[in-house]
Amino acid sequence: MNKVARTLVNSAQTAIIIIATLMVLSACTSLPTPAEALAAIKGSFNERGIAKLDRLDQTEIQKICSEVNASGKDLDKPTRERIEKNVLASIKYPVDGKFIGDWREGEKIAQNGRGMQFSDAAGVPNGSNCYACHQLTPQEISFGNQGPSLLKYGSLRQVKDPSSPDSEAIVKYTWGRIYNTHAFNACSNMPRFGDAGILTPAQMKDVMALLLSPDSPVNK
Amino acid sequence: MIQNRPESPVKYAQAATFLIAAFMSLTPVLAQQKSSQDAINEYRQSLQDGNPADLNAARGEAYWKVKRGPLNKSLEECDLGLGAGKVKGAVAVLPKYFADTQKVMDVEGRLVHCLVTLQGAKREDFSARTVYSGEGQKASVVEDLVAFVYDESRDITINVPQTHKEEKASYERGRQTFFFKGGPYDFSCASCHSEDGKRIRLQDLPNLTKPGPAQAAFSQWPAYRVSQGALRTMQWRLYDCFRQQRFPELQYLSQTSVDLITFMGVNANGGKMAAPALKR
Repeated sequence: MNKVARTLVNSAQTAIIIIATLMVLSACTSLPTPAEALAAIKGSFNERGIAKLDRLDQTEIQKICSEVNASGKDLDKPTRERIEKNVLASIKYPVDGKFIGDWREGEKIAQNGRGMQFSDAAGVPNGSNCYACHQLTPQEISFGNQGPSLLKYGSLRQVKDPSSPDSEAIVKYTWGRIYNTHAFNACSNMPRFGDAGILTPAQMKDVMALLLSPDSPVNK
Repeated sequence: MIQNRPESPVKYAQAATFLIAAFMSLTPVLAQQKSSQDAINEYRQSLQDGNPADLNAARGEAYWKVKRGPLNKSLEECDLGLGAGKVKGAVAVLPKYFADTQKVMDVEGRLVHCLVTLQGAKREDFSARTVYSGEGQKASVVEDLVAFVYDESRDITINVPQTHKEEKASYERGRQTFFFKGGPYDFSCASCHSEDGKRIRLQDLPNLTKPGPAQAAFSQWPAYRVSQGALRTMQWRLYDCFRQQRFPELQYLSQTSVDLITFMGVNANGGKMAAPALKR
C-alpha cells in the first residue's frame, strides 16, 4: 500500500472511531427531549370532573412561556411584541359600553378562590381570588405578593369618575389587564380572567368597580 | 455551659445589666414589628410538640413487621434501595434507579412494589382514591408505612443520586415538567415556586429551584396536616398542587410524580431529613 492510500485508510479508521464514540456517548448522555417529557406528562393524568385531559394541550403562549421560563432567559423582543399585539387585538370590551359594576360584589369575587379545580362542581360561579396574589382593600391583611399591591389602585391614578371620558384610557387598560394580561406582559403569571372564561363580563365589571370606584375601600 | 461561665460574678452582673437594658429598650420596637407572619411562625413552632404522625409511624412499623396479604409475608425483605430490609437512610437517597424494575422509583412507588411482590397485593388497588385518606379519617396502610420509613431517616443527609442515565432522564423530565404551563389558569409549578419571598395569601411559597428552600420543602414531606387531620405524603403534595393548578387528576405513582420528586430531591441534596413534619 502506498503512502497516500495508507493515510486515507488511517483517516477513515479515525473517522469511524470518532463517529462510533460520539454515538455511544450520545446514547449514554442523551436527555429526554421536550416531546418525550410531554409524553410523560400526558400519560400521568386522569380526566376528573370538570378537568378534562385537553387541559394538557398547551396554547402557543403557554408553550413559548414554558420554554422561556425553563431556559431562565427573557423572551426575545420580536416574539414578545407579536404576542402582546395579537392578544391586545383579541380583547373583548363590554358590548353595552359599561365597565363598572358593584364594588361590594367585586370584593366577594376577589375573596373567592373556588373554580375550575377538579374538586369544584360545574355550573357554580367562579371567584377571581385576587387576594391570593395582590393587596387590595386595607381591611384585608391576608393577601399574597405574587403580583403588585393594588391598594389605592384608582386614587393613585387620579380616577375621580370611572365613567367620565377622562378615565377612559385607564378603565380600558384595567379591563384588558383582567381580561387577558398577556396583552401587556406576554409571559405574566396572572390568569386570563375574561379570555379563559373564569369570570363572566358582569363579574369583571364588579371587580373593575372594586379597583376603580372612588367609594371602593381600595381607594379610601 | 461550664466553658461559657463568666470569669467573675461582677462581670456577670455587668453583662446581665447591659443585656436587660438593651432588651428593655428594644422591646417596644420588637412588639410593634411582630407581624402576622411571626404569629404564624409561633403557631407552627407550638405545633412541633407531639406530632400525631408518631402514631402513623408506630402503626407503619407494625405493618412492616407483621405477616400480611395473600402471601402472608412481612415487608422485612423489602429493598428500599439500600438492600433488603434496610430502612434507615433509604428515603434520603430516593428516588433512584432499581435494576429489578428497570425504573426510577420514589419511596411510595417502592413500598407499593413491595406490597405487591412480597405480600401479593394487587397493584391496581393503589390509586389516589384508595391511598389518600379523607380528612380526619383513618390513614391508609401506605400512609402509615410512609410515616414509618421516613421517621427512621430523621437527620440523615439527602443524597438523591444522578448516576444512572434513567436518574438523569427523570431529573430532566422533572425540570421540564416544573416549568410546564397548562390548563385554563396557565399555571406551572414555577408560577408559584421559582422566586424568593413569594406568598399566596399568608402562605410562604418555597423557591424549589434553590437548594435552601428545596431542602426545607423536601426534608419536611410527608407531614401531618393539622388543618386536615391527616398524614399527607409527597405524592399527595404534588397531587393537590396540580388540583390547585387546575390540571386534571395526577395519577398515583405516575411518571410525572416521580420526575418532579427527583427534580426536587436533587435540588435538595445536602439537606437533612426531618419528616414526617407537622404542618398547619
